[in-house]
Amino acid sequence: MTAIGTGRACSDCLRRSWLIARLGPFIQVACDDRAGRRTPELLRLSDQELLRAVAPKRADQFLTENAGLDEGELRRAVDEAGCWARCRHDDGFPEGLADGADAPVCLIGRGDSFRLEEVTMSDSATVVGARRATGYGLEVARSLGAELAASGLIVVSGLALGIDGAAHRGALERGRTLAVLASGADRAYPATHARLYRRIVETGIVVSEMPPGTRPWRWGFPARNRIMAALSKITVVVEAAGRSGSLITAEMAADAGREVGAVPGPVTAGPSAGTNELISSGAALIRDGNDVLDRLFGAGRLRPDPLFGPDLADHEVPVLDAVEAGEARIDSICAATGIDAGTVAAGLARLEVAGYVNCSLTGEYRRTGLPAPGAYASPHE
Amino acid sequence: MLAETTSFTLEAISARPVRVEVDIHRGLPSFQIVGLPDAAVREARERVRAALVNTGYEFPMRRITANLAPADLRKAGPGLDLALGTALLAASGEVPGEKLAGWALAGELALDGSVRPVRGALAMAESARGRGCTGIILPEANGPEAALAPGIEVRTIGTIAELRSLSTGTLPGRRAAPAALGESAALPDLRDLRGQPGLRRAIEVAAAGGHGLLMIGPPGSGKSLAARRIPSVLPPLASEEILEVARIAGACGAGPLRAERPFRAPHHTVSPAGLVGGGNPTRPGEITLAHCGVLFLDELCEFKRSALEALREPLESGEVTISRANGHQTLPSAFTLVAAANPCPCGRGEADPDCRCRPDAIARYAGTLSGALADRIDMIVGVSQPGTEAMSGPEGECSAAVRERVTVARERMAERLGRGRANASAVRSEIAELRLESAACKLLTEAGRSRQLSGRSHDRVLKIARTIADLEGCDSIGEAHLAGALQLRRRAVA
Repeated sequence: MTAIGTGRACSDCLRRSWLIARLGPFIQVACDDRAGRRTPELLRLSDQELLRAVAPKRADQFLTENAGLDEGELRRAVDEAGCWARCRHDDGFPEGLADGADAPVCLIGRGDSFRLEEVTMSDSATVVGARRATGYGLEVARSLGAELAASGLIVVSGLALGIDGAAHRGALERGRTLAVLASGADRAYPATHARLYRRIVETGIVVSEMPPGTRPWRWGFPARNRIMAALSKITVVVEAAGRSGSLITAEMAADAGREVGAVPGPVTAGPSAGTNELISSGAALIRDGNDVLDRLFGAGRLRPDPLFGPDLADHEVPVLDAVEAGEARIDSICAATGIDAGTVAAGLARLEVAGYVNCSLTGEYRRTGLPAPGAYASPHE
Repeated sequence: MLAETTSFTLEAISARPVRVEVDIHRGLPSFQIVGLPDAAVREARERVRAALVNTGYEFPMRRITANLAPADLRKAGPGLDLALGTALLAASGEVPGEKLAGWALAGELALDGSVRPVRGALAMAESARGRGCTGIILPEANGPEAALAPGIEVRTIGTIAELRSLSTGTLPGRRAAPAALGESAALPDLRDLRGQPGLRRAIEVAAAGGHGLLMIGPPGSGKSLAARRIPSVLPPLASEEILEVARIAGACGAGPLRAERPFRAPHHTVSPAGLVGGGNPTRPGEITLAHCGVLFLDELCEFKRSALEALREPLESGEVTISRANGHQTLPSAFTLVAAANPCPCGRGEADPDCRCRPDAIARYAGTLSGALADRIDMIVGVSQPGTEAMSGPEGECSAAVRERVTVARERMAERLGRGRANASAVRSEIAELRLESAACKLLTEAGRSRQLSGRSHDRVLKIARTIADLEGCDSIGEAHLAGALQLRRRAVA
């Protein structure tokens, strides 16, 4: 159990946090539309250099203002938001952030289900991807999150819509997760994920380098990405189009000397263009949680016990085969198997209840990560 | 002189009897109509005057007062013209009014004296019979419709001049023969639906049990095509249903008389009152016009929320009560709801690489879909573009074959629930009596655990499963029937 409070963040580091938040609009202007590349460069600078770079005319004013902030006030603000703060001078600061030149000096967080120092590089994995994700991407992210969490890793992601949210949800099913926010750690952003945010606060940790109450700036997202990339030894991109922010995260991870993995997708699919590109340029190909564990601990070590689903009836096997082969709709499954619609529909319903497939609102069926037992061999094996 | 005749004014779809009394007295020439007439009834003065003069009757140049009783009922529309004119002729002694005792009249007068058709002729004929009238005199065009009413004589006239025959002791006009009701041969047939076995099956189950059906798919995947073919697989109307449908269609002036199930597809800009009925005077809405048939809502997400909310009560109860300051009306509205929606705002669907909808837009759209109404639509089916093989392949099974199975299933339901009722209308106590095989019970429990079936969902799954069992001729619900129902009643949240 962590001691709640700000006892272990030093006042200078807290002031740095507040300075960055105060400079929000200035950094926004300075980054212009190249936030992805420029933000880490700016945040690497010392207070004076940063002020000279983004607000040269008012540098002195801001510096005096910032130096004049009352330490007690800051700690009270953190407490009142229900948060805690840790800085890099603290032993419990995450291992991944201790060495990087552009790492944040201070993390303010919520949630005390596990301690921040438990987030070591080899005990966590970062899973990121596009906000605009396909059902395939969401399902892979969810099962990846669940498998990694089940094998004891802390799943790090950014609470964004799409892949991030799915990875958090999967991790919450089976274990621990950490969300890194671009806004203050007391704000659920995006608002659509308010419930997910609350669940993570209850059973995981939410952190941010911004003081409580800070709104999310556009440059805050690449800044957040650099933290995610630095935290774990491996960053897995599940789905990313050609120009996705997730690719910048992958680049940051590679720059920080971390491993990059990517989940492949169809070569014809726009949403997987970025991940396929990553793989072609040398990223590890990730198919499931085991691939991630192999990269972290060496091939074949530390494997979670596969959780098999219930037994399959004989007539369900061809239907599951067809879904695995990519037939998503009842019509195409009928055509592929030659079974009548009523039997296929009944089979799909049983498979869905058993957890082998899930179905979108629009009637597309997709295989989940749940392995089927015994006699039934998946065509991929 | 005083004379009176009987006529009707239409309130929504029922005909209210009106006594038309005309009094002619000495005094300055005038023509007054009292008894809550609307503008169309007040203008009857000019039509009646011209019609009588132009057919050679003498219009009395005295003080004429017409009273429409009961005085607190609003009288609407031109249907009272003929009764007014006849009462006036009887009061002035031009025709022997006593010969018309026991007869009701309705019709609009043209200036040349010819009689024009009115709305609601069948409702009027039935109302006349209910009042114990011998018969009713109507315009020629209304004859076939009104003659459908059993137990009353319907005579039709072409002009008001024909009333002269009363002087010679014969009743005016001709006896009307009931309309020969047939189904139009051109009813679109289900064989046009090629491939798409999943959609076909959903349609068959929906038609058999009267369950609501929501089709989700990209434009051009055949949703509207399929919806328009649902009436052709529904069982033929029973004789009392034919009368109900004809009464509603006649009262609304909707189309020619047919013994086929109505298909209504209101545009998505429809107002709540247009959909469920309302206005002043109260007019039936689309759901009443779709009684015994299909109400098709294309682009479900584009409908006003208020209009969709208004559908809830009639969906549950099969009738709608419209309460207004001047009274309330209960209108039949037992329809099968069929709706279609695009999978995302742009219509292509998330799986399509060309779809550029933002994730929050898609989430909002899905929220609209899975909102309160989707929980009341029994079945959701995803529709995809049929492949080229299916399009060039053989025609699908024809409607007649499907209809035969549906009719047999409906007979099984009627045995269990009572005449004319389908599984969709089963209430909780009837659902509780359904027999489930033990494997089906087990699957239902598991599904409840893994998919969070709400109480309503639970009941609906059982109703759909019962329909599938009825289609297969089984007495108890088996595991396969229940699984099939679970697949059709998907959890609406992805």
